[in-house]
Amino acid sequence: MAVATTTAPRGNFRPSMLIYDTRFRSFTIQVIVLILVVAGLSWLVHNLFVNLAAKGKDLSYAFLWNRAGYDIGQHLIPYTNDSTHGRAAIVGLLNTLLVAGFACVFATILGVMVGILRLSKNWLIGRLMTVYIEVFRNVPLLLWIILTYVILSEVMPEPKDFKLTDAMIAAGQAPKASMIFDGSVAITNRGTNIPAILLSRPLGGIDVGFLSLNFSFLASVLVIAASIWANWALLRRARTLQETTGNRPVTWWISLLILFAPIVALLAAMGFHLDYPVFKGFNFQGGINVAHAFTALLIALTVYSATYIAEAVRAGILAISRGQSEAAFALGLRPGRTMKLIILPQALRVIIPPLISQYLNITKNTSLGIAVSYLDLRGTLGGITLNQTGRELECMLLMMLIYLTMSLIISGVMNIFNNAVRLKER
Amino acid sequence: MEARFVRQSMLTPQQPPLGEKGAMKWLRENLFSGWLNSILTILGLLAIFFMVKGALPWLLHGVWDANSLGECRKIIAADWGQGQTGACWALIHERWNQFFFGFYPQEIYWRPTMTFFLMFPAITPVLFFGSRANARRVIGAASLVMAAALFGLGAPMAPFLVAVAAGLALFWLAEIAPAWLLWFTALYPGLTFWLLWGGPLWRPVCAMLGFVIMFAVFRLAAARIGATVAMVAGFLAACVWWLFLQTPVIASLASAMPLSLRPVTSDQFGGFLLAIIIGVTAIIGSLPLGIILALGRKSDMPLVKGLCVGFIEFVRGVPLITMLFTASLLLQYFLPPQVQFDLILRVIILVTLFSAAYIAEVIRGGLAALPRGQYEAADALGLDYWQAQRFIIMPQALKISIPGIVSSFIGLFKDTTLVTFVGLMDPLKGITQVVRADINWKGVYWEPYIFVGAIFFLFCFSMSRYSMYLERKLKRDHR
Repeated sequence: MAVATTTAPRGNFRPSMLIYDTRFRSFTIQVIVLILVVAGLSWLVHNLFVNLAAKGKDLSYAFLWNRAGYDIGQHLIPYTNDSTHGRAAIVGLLNTLLVAGFACVFATILGVMVGILRLSKNWLIGRLMTVYIEVFRNVPLLLWIILTYVILSEVMPEPKDFKLTDAMIAAGQAPKASMIFDGSVAITNRGTNIPAILLSRPLGGIDVGFLSLNFSFLASVLVIAASIWANWALLRRARTLQETTGNRPVTWWISLLILFAPIVALLAAMGFHLDYPVFKGFNFQGGINVAHAFTALLIALTVYSATYIAEAVRAGILAISRGQSEAAFALGLRPGRTMKLIILPQALRVIIPPLISQYLNITKNTSLGIAVSYLDLRGTLGGITLNQTGRELECMLLMMLIYLTMSLIISGVMNIFNNAVRLKER
Repeated sequence: MEARFVRQSMLTPQQPPLGEKGAMKWLRENLFSGWLNSILTILGLLAIFFMVKGALPWLLHGVWDANSLGECRKIIAADWGQGQTGACWALIHERWNQFFFGFYPQEIYWRPTMTFFLMFPAITPVLFFGSRANARRVIGAASLVMAAALFGLGAPMAPFLVAVAAGLALFWLAEIAPAWLLWFTALYPGLTFWLLWGGPLWRPVCAMLGFVIMFAVFRLAAARIGATVAMVAGFLAACVWWLFLQTPVIASLASAMPLSLRPVTSDQFGGFLLAIIIGVTAIIGSLPLGIILALGRKSDMPLVKGLCVGFIEFVRGVPLITMLFTASLLLQYFLPPQVQFDLILRVIILVTLFSAAYIAEVIRGGLAALPRGQYEAADALGLDYWQAQRFIIMPQALKISIPGIVSSFIGLFKDTTLVTFVGLMDPLKGITQVVRADINWKGVYWEPYIFVGAIFFLFCFSMSRYSMYLERKLKRDHR
């Protein structure tokens, strides 16, 4: 029996083999590509320095420590116009994350609901959801943002319409507009006034460079995380017990206690109370005034992205073969448990990857807030700071780097989750 | 025992009960099958009722002929009574040309119109390959509408006759030799540039000559030095032509035979004209680029693979807005000082690169979905890399990725509205803001947005329907 040789006979090397011989050709191509790339890059960098020199500029990030001199209406960490450009960028970044985080949560809730309803046997609801999905995903997001903003600021009543004078009380008249949610929220054409969370005994905070650490906030986050972890451990113990003895201990009230008691205790200890907006003089005082830029961006991102999430959910559920639910029914599982134990775990595997890319899209699409002057990362670092300092190159590069990092972190975290629910094949 | 009664004949079947037939059955099964479904149905009906109640009078009271919002409101009040609402479509009626053409000179509206309708004959050989009847139908309809549109716009006699002749010729070509239409497709980009931007004819002709040179060099060299190297050689030859030889040739040709249209500058472009130019060009450019990037990412060569992965991940990680700002602010830093690029061209290049990264990922999914046996079979047949890609891999991988590719295209077309942020007049924000800033139309908001949204919907929805058609047509299994 002849033994197959895997390597071709090695003859003398000739230069033409660099092109004709498949063993060397990929090497040749890569060397050519490398030379082209290095040449191209050095040409670009050379141009860059020539252009910078011609304009009398240098490449420096020192401006980040200079006084910014502009105000940002919505800031999650303390900020005044005396703060630095770097701090303004952080404030912008936090605003980006704030609207992206809320939009991801709301879009997921709405999208899952719409996706399931579109599959419902109810003819009318199915059609309605189809119309919603087709209309909202076939029109640019920018239109939804601008339209929501324009409607909010043109249709909503003026603050003075909320005014209740003594004369009106005497005549038994009600003001033209009234607050909703039991007098806690007022939507005017200048913004939405919501109650503010105040602490009478806060834990304080410190400034670290461009960032501020708020200890009360950190403590709350830590307590909530610890509660969730403890609850998870409790449920795991219950499951182990069920699998070994067949009896499941009653856990729901312990779960409730673990989840809610610590945070309520912490908030009570810090003196948690709400500060309601009240109409005084010409406008609302107290509470928080949420600008319509934020509300419009949030609503538009939610209703637009929800259509994509709905389609992903629908595709995921449709991908599970009917045999799975039939087998579950044959085993005697009720419809609710069939959904929870059989369909959903399998559908999640199909749903998660498109969901990740939707979250990434939402995060990137927050940059459209520029259309309604929402001061996010692009509005501060890539907008006002860029225009004031004239450092286009530095600002744009830093901004791209931050967006890139955000995207990589989100896709990294979601990929870990994806691996956890992935089909474990042997 | 003896049976007392045995029925000898069949009973006539009874009518089904009322709830089990016709409309009642359908209603019961589809709308009221349980308490949850009944509640949902009632909620749905309520939602529809309130929407119709709010929108229908507004739509029915619409005014098409007025000069300002105040006049609109007066007409509505006079016709339908005080306090009635109504749509003021007169705004669209007055400003439709701005929505479609931006600030393009009014006397030469026929140029973009002609370009737009000639696009259909240019893309039919690609879109409806194999289906001669469909191609004929599309070309015939486009030619007729083009003639009507040019007539309606009051185009001068010469271009009108040229357009009619071109429409007839293309229809005739589709009838006798559909394969020849591809040559028109190849010529179309140069024609578009000339018609839209004007200037001497020789500029686009010479630019396209570069591609001819590239192809000729590739064809001559491919047999000798292999396809990959020949491609590089062709590209270099074309670059030499474009960078060094082209300019003097254009100058001498222009002086010998001056064929020129009135030039239009880029800041006069706007509205849907701009959205379609950017969208269509980027769509056409990003598909081949995306295929190359996807192949590069699957390549065995670590350097090529690394470059492609880096590019794709970078582009997908940043928002399109930053890419557009790169086009408007940063590109000048990286080019020699004397090079001045047109803003629309810069934007098109960046949008194409942006879209190509997304297309590459979609196609990579298609490539990954192919069974390994297909690659091995291609190798076993002795096909080289490019032959295997062309005959075995790509036709299947592209077929799998059609839905993804088309939804990327839809996304790209919607994203053309973002060019407003670098100062171009897109229909949504740029033009609408100009219109709303007019003192006559101050306070209008529903009408322009509904109009622009409806047109975007029309484009995007037909693209998604087309992708469904293509999927059905290309489906080779489970017929």
